[in-house]
Amino acid sequence: MQQRQKLLVLYLRSPDLASQVGSWSVYDGAGQSRHTTGDSENPPYNSVLEAMQDGWRVIQFPQQWPAFPGMEYQTSYLKNEYILEKLEDFDG
Amino acid sequence: MVDRDLLLTTKQMASFVANGYLRFDELVPQDLNEAAIEEISNRKIPREEAGTSSEEIWPDPSAVGRVFRLPEIQGIIQSLVGPNPLYDHHAVHTVNATHDVGQIWHADAIIDLRMHFDIQFFYFSHDTPREMGGTMILPGSQFRRISESDISRYQNFMGQIAMDCKAGTVVVVHHGIWHCAQPNKTDRTRYMFKLRLNPTVRQLRLWNTDDIDDPTIPGILSTNHKWYGNEDRLEMVNRIKFWRFLTGDDDFDLHYWLGRLENQPETAPVLSE
Repeated sequence: MQQRQKLLVLYLRSPDLASQVGSWSVYDGAGQSRHTTGDSENPPYNSVLEAMQDGWRVIQFPQQWPAFPGMEYQTSYLKNEYILEKLEDFDG
Repeated sequence: MVDRDLLLTTKQMASFVANGYLRFDELVPQDLNEAAIEEISNRKIPREEAGTSSEEIWPDPSAVGRVFRLPEIQGIIQSLVGPNPLYDHHAVHTVNATHDVGQIWHADAIIDLRMHFDIQFFYFSHDTPREMGGTMILPGSQFRRISESDISRYQNFMGQIAMDCKAGTVVVVHHGIWHCAQPNKTDRTRYMFKLRLNPTVRQLRLWNTDDIDDPTIPGILSTNHKWYGNEDRLEMVNRIKFWRFLTGDDDFDLHYWLGRLENQPETAPVLSE
């Protein structure tokens, strides 16, 4: 049986892996589930730590950079982006 | 001039600053909705040249023109962008029946450094229950410096709001608001009519300021959104600066967030003994 990557992207309140999820996305390379904008009102897990306890593997930690001069008070993209994966069986 | 009673209140303006939008349910009368949907669905609304005076577009008997000439809508327009704004563009947003994919999140703007702002009307001329969409918006996203669909990796946010509404509902948004069309799971086509307007005057106290000193206004301006996380205080700074711009009150502050940063004792004269 082949396997494909399923990605869970969680955006946290702070860099703390136990902090609350404010935004989330799911991309399923195995095609077993389809996800789109606005398809859920609550995240699948309350934190990255909770997802890890359910078997998800963290594959990206967000780097932390000091603000560029002049941009100390600007907001833009979501900062605390953690990418997690599971390998799903794929019957190709 | 619009009757002062039809202008937005300061409390409504504070909500616009905190959330990036205002919603007016069933504002447009049903007979006008029915006339408008006939024009919208049959693509009868001519595209005007960007920069045209909005007073010159879609003259009578255009139903869509009559919608935007309603005194209540004129009151919203004048409060936010002032008299005689410019037509930027319009669009008939259409989601076909049984379309089950949501549009990607985006803002209808590249990075926009102005404090002055454009507005966009989202006009729902027919009933739009949740299974039909409608447009989803992210409250409080309007000050984020992003370029159009660079936010398309995101799918869901705590506090996102889908416009589940009755015919005649109008939503007015700051040009920077993040939004996306939602799937239409019904067997009917969904329409949303969008109109963008540009100000031609300084956006300073254009609304009905009779309640400018209402004690609930700081609380409205301090509305938090769960998706902000630890950046909520930075968003408060954005709002303080915007409220100062709108009111002309350069000393306005919320919870001393900006005041303590503006305190620069290093510039004060040295006290001698």
